Amino acid sequence: MIFDYDTLKLIWWLFVGVLLIGFALLDGFDLGIGTLLPFIGRSDTERRVIINAIGPTWEGNQVWFVTAGGALFAAWPMVYAAAFSGLYVALLLVLFALFFRPVGFDYRSKIADPRWRAFWDWGMFAGGMVPALVFGVAFGNLFLGLPFRFDDTLRPFYEGSFFQLLSPFALLVGLVSLGMLVNHGALYLAIKTEGVIQQRARRAASLAAPATAAAFALAGVWLAFGIDGLRIVSMPDPAAEPAVLAKTVVSERGAWLDNYLAHPLLWLLPLGAFAGLALSRVWSGRGRDRLAFAASAFAVSAIILTAASALFPFVLPSSLDPRSSLTLWDATSSHLTLQLMFWAVLIFLPIISAYTTWVYRVMRGKVTEKQVEEQSHTLY
Amino acid sequence: MIADDVVTLSRLQFAITALYHFLFVPLTLGLSWMLVIMESVYVMTGKQIYKDMTRFWGKLFGINFALGVTTGLTMEFQFGTNWAYYSHYVGDIFGVPLAIEGLMAFFLESTFVGLFFFGWQRLSKGQHLLATFLVALGSNLSALWILVANGWMQHPAGAEFNYQTMRMELTSFAELFFNPVAQVKFVHTVAAGYVTAATFVLAISAWYLLKGRDIAFARRSFAIAAGFGLASILSVIVLGDESGYEIGDVQRTKLAVMEAEWETQEPPADFTLFGIPNQEEQRTDYAIKIPWVLGLIATRSLDEPVIGLKDILVENEERMRSGAIAVAALRELRAGNEDPEVLARFEAHKDDLGYGLLLSRYAPDPVNATEEQIQQAVAASIPQVAPVFWLFRLMVFSGFTLLLLFVLAFYYCAKRVADQKRWLLRFAVYALPLPWIAVEAGWIVAEYGRQPWAIGEVLPTALATSSLDKGDLLFSLSGFVFFYTLLFIAEIYLMVKYARLGPSSLHTGRYHHETQGQEARA
Repeated sequence: MIFDYDTLKLIWWLFVGVLLIGFALLDGFDLGIGTLLPFIGRSDTERRVIINAIGPTWEGNQVWFVTAGGALFAAWPMVYAAAFSGLYVALLLVLFALFFRPVGFDYRSKIADPRWRAFWDWGMFAGGMVPALVFGVAFGNLFLGLPFRFDDTLRPFYEGSFFQLLSPFALLVGLVSLGMLVNHGALYLAIKTEGVIQQRARRAASLAAPATAAAFALAGVWLAFGIDGLRIVSMPDPAAEPAVLAKTVVSERGAWLDNYLAHPLLWLLPLGAFAGLALSRVWSGRGRDRLAFAASAFAVSAIILTAASALFPFVLPSSLDPRSSLTLWDATSSHLTLQLMFWAVLIFLPIISAYTTWVYRVMRGKVTEKQVEEQSHTLY
Repeated sequence: MIADDVVTLSRLQFAITALYHFLFVPLTLGLSWMLVIMESVYVMTGKQIYKDMTRFWGKLFGINFALGVTTGLTMEFQFGTNWAYYSHYVGDIFGVPLAIEGLMAFFLESTFVGLFFFGWQRLSKGQHLLATFLVALGSNLSALWILVANGWMQHPAGAEFNYQTMRMELTSFAELFFNPVAQVKFVHTVAAGYVTAATFVLAISAWYLLKGRDIAFARRSFAIAAGFGLASILSVIVLGDESGYEIGDVQRTKLAVMEAEWETQEPPADFTLFGIPNQEEQRTDYAIKIPWVLGLIATRSLDEPVIGLKDILVENEERMRSGAIAVAALRELRAGNEDPEVLARFEAHKDDLGYGLLLSRYAPDPVNATEEQIQQAVAASIPQVAPVFWLFRLMVFSGFTLLLLFVLAFYYCAKRVADQKRWLLRFAVYALPLPWIAVEAGWIVAEYGRQPWAIGEVLPTALATSSLDKGDLLFSLSGFVFFYTLLFIAEIYLMVKYARLGPSSLHTGRYHHETQGQEARA
């Protein structure tokens, strides 16, 4: 199968979306559970139950993040370059927070000292909360545009500081992200635990779901009436060699709704997000934890797709020089690389899904306080 | 133009974080296979002690693995955060092996590592062994793809510059993957990882034997390490990556730098055993030479010359003058003048574009560079000789000491008297740091020896960084130093604690601290 360049560019927009959603669905609940760890787990044993609920599988989940980064590098090198360096301080904070996870899981319970354990518990809290929040803030900033531009050699330059990223709208989107992942994490925890931990997890989800829905709705209204969106006036042929600076872009209030006005079916995405959140709340309240988790997975996917289709075809808008904004048409790798990576994803993603499913099946079942006490020296 | 101190700090940060990451990776590469060996013996013989060995060395594996994963995340971020122009300029090629690494290798390793630790009761013996095997396979495949990426930085095969997109683009995946530099590097690097793991197990087992505790456990571990280590150290030395040094100019320069080879000698070239490289005067003082050896190792022949640095510098000067024309033509093309004459001029000098970019660091308008600027750029077109020369010797010395250790250990194991030779056991304990010294020195030889290039002859390091300011770098660098120190203390503390506890940490009731009636704290 040999695809045209423009078809491949479009396919790669979908692939990046799939990897991003895979990350949010799988590592997302680990981030949410990390955020909840010190609050839902009140005794040492309770905290170990929570940690071991995700202990055997979190490592594979994190690779969704690593692979999404790698795929970005290969398929959209300019996005990888401009976004990672432009968000320098924010990304380093995420990185430092993520340090606490691999080490926290493995090291925390190897020493009995309560101060040591409390240190790692709060470290794992940071390792969950900071990325969940900052990824949302970064997404929010996409709608506002990042302050970068390219010079003639396509070297990215930036103006602006870390604190400018923390605008009220971006923080609101950060809350959407944090809320949806906390909800998602709490619902997964309810599946994997019993008794008091399960009850607290359901309670956390019952608060997180409506909070996420409210923040999501507010962000939508704000986007429609309070924020300037970008619109492409003219651009080179999508099948041509990428030439970022060759397009004309204008900025206009509400332009991020263009796609929704042109294709009304897209409204199903935000509606799906609200429906997913509502159903997860209802099912969780009735003790149907698996259904609730599935509804939450649907909601998380719908929220990400809602945002991505509003931006389409932009993937990294610039506030400094709209022309420098990157789109799925002009931020991409060469035809050969996209083609090659298309096959790599097509071959490996089903294999990964198959063995991941098998591992989850092997490790299925609830983690209990009794297990933690009996296998104190082998569990995390 | 990026400020010099931003470039320096970016390089320093990359070196610190990569060297730190590389403290943990080699042990993972080798120990994972040693776990496969131990567990295979358990599955075949059904003897509990081999399961205990797998689980105990697996515990130490886990403590190391956690930091390998943590510090690997940094590497993934860092190309984008700190080397943005690099990421744009070569992402089309360099991103490919990195993304495939994630899909093919890192997923495999990370998904099954959970089963390795937590699947003992849920899997059959064969299934668990399969999980262990997939962890080892995943981590080693990971090394393969990372070294394909790294090999391309040393010798950028299968790619071409496209002036329209202002970047290097992939022309052949096969050339990228079968890059001879990458293949040689892969074998050399993973085998060095196996040596690291073998030394680790050998040294700790020797310590138990010296203390006279858990003898049966330690003796078996020692024997496996001796066999695995001997095979590995022979691979490292015989397949040492000197054989890759005739390929490509960067590798050729690196070889001359490693050997402080200023003049091209009549083949076969002498090997400088010792000497003091003098960069200013372009000679090596007090050199002690061994006839023929360099020619033999480097070219595997008696009649091919090993090119010296003075000749390389002469070639570099020519290429710099040609590259200046390429830069000027490229600027015209980018400004929209796609006149056939400009295009033809660019095509004629395109292969030297990297040298033109290198010159542009010293002369903003390279075609009108002064003679002085050209000489400055030429002098900077090779790395400093002394550090590479010395660290290479340190690496080789460590390697040969380990060869001696493993030959002796294997010999006495075969005679079944290794545990009685206390001098051998002490040698094994004291040899513990050697593989880490060797791999870190080897990393510096390979990567510092590549300077001034980020991508050999294509992209100078100084042009590859992000447009950050000094404050950003100071923030990140101090963050890394702070967190990495903290993590290092925690790692070493746990490693020492569990190594001292030994198999008693498994709480099976069969080992030293438990049978001695002492309370094992864990």
